[in-house]
Amino acid sequence: MGLLTPDFGLFFWTLLAFLLVLFVLGKFAWKPILNSLSERENSIAKSLATAEQARKEMASLKSENESLLQKAREERSLMLKEAKDNAEKLISDATAKAKSEYERIVADAQSAITQQKQAALTEVKNQVGNLVIEVAEKVLRKQLANKGEQESLIKDLVDNVKLN
Amino acid sequence: MASKSVKLLWALSFSVILTLFSFQVRAAEPAAEQAAEPVAEATAQPTHEAGKMDISHEIFSHIQDAHDWHLFSIGENPVTIPLPVIIYSPTNGLSTFMSSRFEHGHAAYNGYQLNKDGKVEALDGSKIYDISLTKNVVAMFLAVILILILFLRVSKKYKENGPDKAPSGMQNAVEACVVFIRDEVAIPNLGKDYKRFMPLILTIFFFIWIANMLGLIPGGANLTGNIAVTCCLAVIAFVVMLFTSKKHFWGHLFNPPGMPTAVKFILVPIELISLIIKPIALMIRLFANMLAGHIVIACFVLLIFIFANLNVWIGGSFSVISVALSVFSMLIELLVTAIQAYIFANLTAIFIGQMIEDHSHHAGEEGFDHTDTERELSL
Repeated sequence: MGLLTPDFGLFFWTLLAFLLVLFVLGKFAWKPILNSLSERENSIAKSLATAEQARKEMASLKSENESLLQKAREERSLMLKEAKDNAEKLISDATAKAKSEYERIVADAQSAITQQKQAALTEVKNQVGNLVIEVAEKVLRKQLANKGEQESLIKDLVDNVKLN
Repeated sequence: MASKSVKLLWALSFSVILTLFSFQVRAAEPAAEQAAEPVAEATAQPTHEAGKMDISHEIFSHIQDAHDWHLFSIGENPVTIPLPVIIYSPTNGLSTFMSSRFEHGHAAYNGYQLNKDGKVEALDGSKIYDISLTKNVVAMFLAVILILILFLRVSKKYKENGPDKAPSGMQNAVEACVVFIRDEVAIPNLGKDYKRFMPLILTIFFFIWIANMLGLIPGGANLTGNIAVTCCLAVIAFVVMLFTSKKHFWGHLFNPPGMPTAVKFILVPIELISLIIKPIALMIRLFANMLAGHIVIACFVLLIFIFANLNVWIGGSFSVISVALSVFSMLIELLVTAIQAYIFANLTAIFIGQMIEDHSHHAGEEGFDHTDTERELSL
């Protein structure tokens, strides 16, 4: 039976045909197909990794934003509080300053008044003294003939002059 | 495998039926010829007597190679496509002519004639080398043209579309198979070195698959069920195995570690034989599977004529069952075409994988080898 004995001719042509197919497909088909398959797989893996990376970045960005927002809120309340404090302090300072100024002015005024008063009094006293001396001179020129009268007059005069 | 045991069962049961009926078939019944089934073909032969139906001859003429492509017969006249005969004889040199010169074995030409097996022989009995373009060779050329057109077109699409575009059409189908071969056959068996062998394994797989499927077409040639074809493929696989084998493999073969010297003398010849058996297993497995499939289908169809020889009405009514059965086994064969191609590719990958295995596997060697052999057996 010829079934189990390989024909030389068919073997020869099979060898030729298979090697031809192997060569042509290996060069022009399998290489580009396998290359693009692995390229596509790589690019898919890369895209997935990139997407994951982006997702992580988004998440971190979000949390960062939130913390930033929180910080901003805290800062805002802090600033508000500071401003309020400042305003209060300003007001109280101004008040205090105004008060002290006022007191100073009053004190100055008082001291000035006292001084003026003293000066005026001294002036008056001096004037009075001078007047008295003038009057006394005049009187004395007329009346003081004798010594006794003179002295009693002076005494009277002095007693009468009283400083306010 | 389930389909294989089912096939075996069928083959057994129908061979019993065939032997039972083959005696009655001898009783001439021209009515058998009336159904113009293209599958029931009979190449004319000098020994063939008109009106008689030789079942085994029918089947064998169907599955064997021929120098002309038989399409169908009108009465006693076969309609065939003559194919070129190319013969090299050391004495007469090269001679080429069409096989129609032989007039289906009735005539000799140029000092050559067809013997009763349909093979060319020299009239003077001298040694000749027959490299004719026989039916199988032509069918193989058709398969090669089909493969080249298919895959070159697909690869063109890859080049045009670039890697990042989704595959479409035929590209999609091919890609699924290529990825399957890469992920299920090449990578598990060949490891990180798989890229070197991908072209070979892919070519083996698709060559066998497409040749198998072309053989299923009625009137097609039984290409992969021919031992010369499978032998050639196995030789190619064996040559690749030998050329890629590493020192580690041969070291293990000729000096198995951890064995007493006496055992080595027994083990080394066994290992050597197992090395030779690998390509032979490849050759026989594909050949026998495809041949069995073709025989089973041919048997189903021929059953019609066997029954018709008993009685025209039985034959006519049995044709319904027979066609249903042959459709069923045709569908199974369709599955087997892919399975056998996968098995051939997978075993080639396993064998190459054993050859290129290096020291890194040493720790799990026992288990590794064991599972491999088991896988081999299960296929």
